[in-house]
Amino acid sequence: MSYRITVNSLPKEVDVDSDTPLLWVLRDVLGMTGTKFGCGEGLCGACTVHLDGVAVRSCITPIDSVGDSPVTTIEAVGQSSSGSAIQKAWLEAEVVQCGYCQSGQIMSAAALMAQNPDPADSDIDDAMSGNICRCGTYVRIRAAIKQAAAAQKEG
Amino acid sequence: MDVINLITTAEKVPTAPAGLSRRSFLTASAAAGGGLLLGLHLPTRAAAAGTVASDFQPNAFLRIDRAGAVTFIMPYVEMGQGTYTSIPMLIAEELEVRLDQVRLEHAPPDEKLYENPLLGLQVTGGSTSIRAAWTPMRQAGATARTMLIAAAAAAWRVPAAECRAAEGYVTHTSSGRRFAYGALADSAARLPVPEQVPLKDPKDFTLIGTSARRLDTPAKVNGSAVFGIDVQRPHMKVAALATCPVIGGRLADVDDAPALAVKGVRQVVRLDNAVAVIADHTGAARKGLAALKIEWQEGANAGFSTDEMIEEMDKASRQPGVISKEATHGDLDAALASAATRIEAVYQLPLLAHATMEPMNCTVDVRPDGCDVWTGTQVAGRARAVAAEICGLPADKVVLHNHLLGGGFGRRLEVDGVAQAVRIAKQVNGPVKVIWSREEDIQHDIYRPYYYDRVHAGLDADGKPLAWHHKVTGSSILARWAPPVFQNGLDPDAVEAAAGPYGFPASKVEYVRHEPPTGLTTGFWRGVGVTHNAFVVEGFMDELAAAAKRDPVTYRRDLLRDAPRARAVLDLAAEKAGWPGTAGPRSGLGVAVLFGFGTYLAQIAEVAVDDDGGVTVKRVVCAVDCGMTVNPDTVRAQIEGGIVFGLTAALYGNITFRNGRVEQANFDSYQALRIDETPQIDVHRIESSEAPGGIGEPSTACIGPAVVNAVFAATGKRLRTLPIDSASLKTA
Repeated sequence: MSYRITVNSLPKEVDVDSDTPLLWVLRDVLGMTGTKFGCGEGLCGACTVHLDGVAVRSCITPIDSVGDSPVTTIEAVGQSSSGSAIQKAWLEAEVVQCGYCQSGQIMSAAALMAQNPDPADSDIDDAMSGNICRCGTYVRIRAAIKQAAAAQKEG
Repeated sequence: MDVINLITTAEKVPTAPAGLSRRSFLTASAAAGGGLLLGLHLPTRAAAAGTVASDFQPNAFLRIDRAGAVTFIMPYVEMGQGTYTSIPMLIAEELEVRLDQVRLEHAPPDEKLYENPLLGLQVTGGSTSIRAAWTPMRQAGATARTMLIAAAAAAWRVPAAECRAAEGYVTHTSSGRRFAYGALADSAARLPVPEQVPLKDPKDFTLIGTSARRLDTPAKVNGSAVFGIDVQRPHMKVAALATCPVIGGRLADVDDAPALAVKGVRQVVRLDNAVAVIADHTGAARKGLAALKIEWQEGANAGFSTDEMIEEMDKASRQPGVISKEATHGDLDAALASAATRIEAVYQLPLLAHATMEPMNCTVDVRPDGCDVWTGTQVAGRARAVAAEICGLPADKVVLHNHLLGGGFGRRLEVDGVAQAVRIAKQVNGPVKVIWSREEDIQHDIYRPYYYDRVHAGLDADGKPLAWHHKVTGSSILARWAPPVFQNGLDPDAVEAAAGPYGFPASKVEYVRHEPPTGLTTGFWRGVGVTHNAFVVEGFMDELAAAAKRDPVTYRRDLLRDAPRARAVLDLAAEKAGWPGTAGPRSGLGVAVLFGFGTYLAQIAEVAVDDDGGVTVKRVVCAVDCGMTVNPDTVRAQIEGGIVFGLTAALYGNITFRNGRVEQANFDSYQALRIDETPQIDVHRIESSEAPGGIGEPSTACIGPAVVNAVFAATGKRLRTLPIDSASLKTA
């Protein structure tokens, strides 16, 4: 069946079964590989994208649930002020190691920032504990989110 | 400027010419369009025979073309540990270029050109990269710089001593004339290669020792970095697969029809022990796979359980083992006989999966005359060799395109996933990308061995150890992975660091090999043998300190009189952690010390144990002396990450079998530490002019014992098995 969705402000049309996860539509049908596969069960957060600005796990988001809601992925998150602040802080704090989970980490952090520009540690825990990093970059993820918040406050 | 050119370059890389002799000195030849090509083991034949191709030949570590592009070819893979910054720093320091002037390429498979000199093949692992690269990569840069200066000096007809190189230019200091490196590449390539070039005095380093920005990071924060799983090829199909859930079992029967009925599914492929569904996209492939009713022939392991395996290991551990001569000295029996106190204990460590965030994957295009393989691997040469073997092709007909690795941790030292993908691709027309589900990844890993260790010590009247006896029982990774290293029944990895850094008066270390059934394969896991032994040694050292009624830090300190670097990290960690701390109810500090991978490390963990037995690690203080440091921020990052990796194992890591099947499946049943459980981590690095040590693994090795020792301080309960059993820590 054919679905029209909006990805990073661009209209896309895909012909897949209704239960096809958004993750595979993005990666395999649209060729946007910045969004990663990690678990397929919504347990690790590697596949996080924004749907209407809210962080969702695209591996358990069927295409027929997307509707008119705009999808934002790592490829375009830098166009928003919160996304760009997070990416900048990620670079400054040298968060990244292998990098595989970082698309999802950044999408979760950007959604947090957009919603809560001055997150407390407990807010960071709530927003980020669905994202696993096996390289163990958590200490720097926390530091980078605080750095981004501070920069936005000044900026 | 895009400093990393990782995405498409691999496709331009031809395999190196076959039959070239290995050379241990530097040589050079003209390269693409007349550039300077340089490598440590660079074969001379290409230059001598004048067979220089107009296309570049990647048999080198660096290349400079006429346009001035400086390209470094990376012999060690990037899996998060920062090699794609630290190795370029070594070359750039001596070549006199800025890091932002450099482009990087993945090295193609070539066991001779890109051999890791510490391990004897093209491999990234064992925390060896900096130790292996420290001198050769600097020589590669220094030789190139020397030749570029010589070329400029000749053009200007001035002595080379009047010229200096900086930031990609050679300048004649008195006249101010200068050439960009690109303008010199052609003439430099015709010069003889100097046999010996002086390396910079470390005091003159301007790049090495700085926290230079990582080169791979920008692409990893905007989604453009390409991991193996991100490969896209024209007309590519994707595959989802199911391997027989019972280890070693085989496929009996499967009806294709339910999968083929799914939109987008193209084909069902049968292997001896697996079924793969080939489709246009992974959503369809997974749906098709789920629709299949697969009959398995469970085979000999249908009743296998880890409980049964542990019972057998207990029995095996009572047999005499093979002695490690390196760690055995003195008269153990006499020392034990003279001891005032004797202590014995059994320590056990579980099977562990790697659970790299990027699941196993491999893309393969098999054609009658050749094969292309796209993947991220720690062993490019082996990956190509296994593909060639399965295809029945000569190795030079297989092109291996290496990629960034979404985590390695030892998992990508194995080529089982490559072999399986090639077998699938042989049955598919055109390229196919095979991606393991997370469940496949956890249930069909090559696991860190189960270890069953017996330790026995004798103390004198003052509590000082006189005798140390450590018998390791476990499977041998090296007997399978590097058979020549497995000599006389001894696996050197299994007994690595099994007597710690202490230098006991009498010591005996022995090894009993005990293999699980065929189908359960064991392999390297971050920290390798050292991680297992550090847990046993440092846990037991804490027991000895307690038996001697001594403070665990000062007890160790007294035994490290002849190990000043170990003592220094211990002292620093204790000072920074505020040892011994003020113990609250059910909270406490625990210490562990390590010498491994050429690095000294001490960690102090602070834990709190709740009434239900839940352990919270609140803070970890780590002091490290890893010798001369290329990038201090990378060292810090590796320590932070290694601690989190080791904490995951200490708190959760456990692969168990029942009825031949792994009982864990995804991140709900095989948990990983999350941000809300991550302690504060303080890293203190000792400045050192000693030879560089490895840094990817030591902190993983130290955290487990530091935590169980802290649990002992908090509760009085001694934990000798991981993962931590919270039930045993409940208040009565």
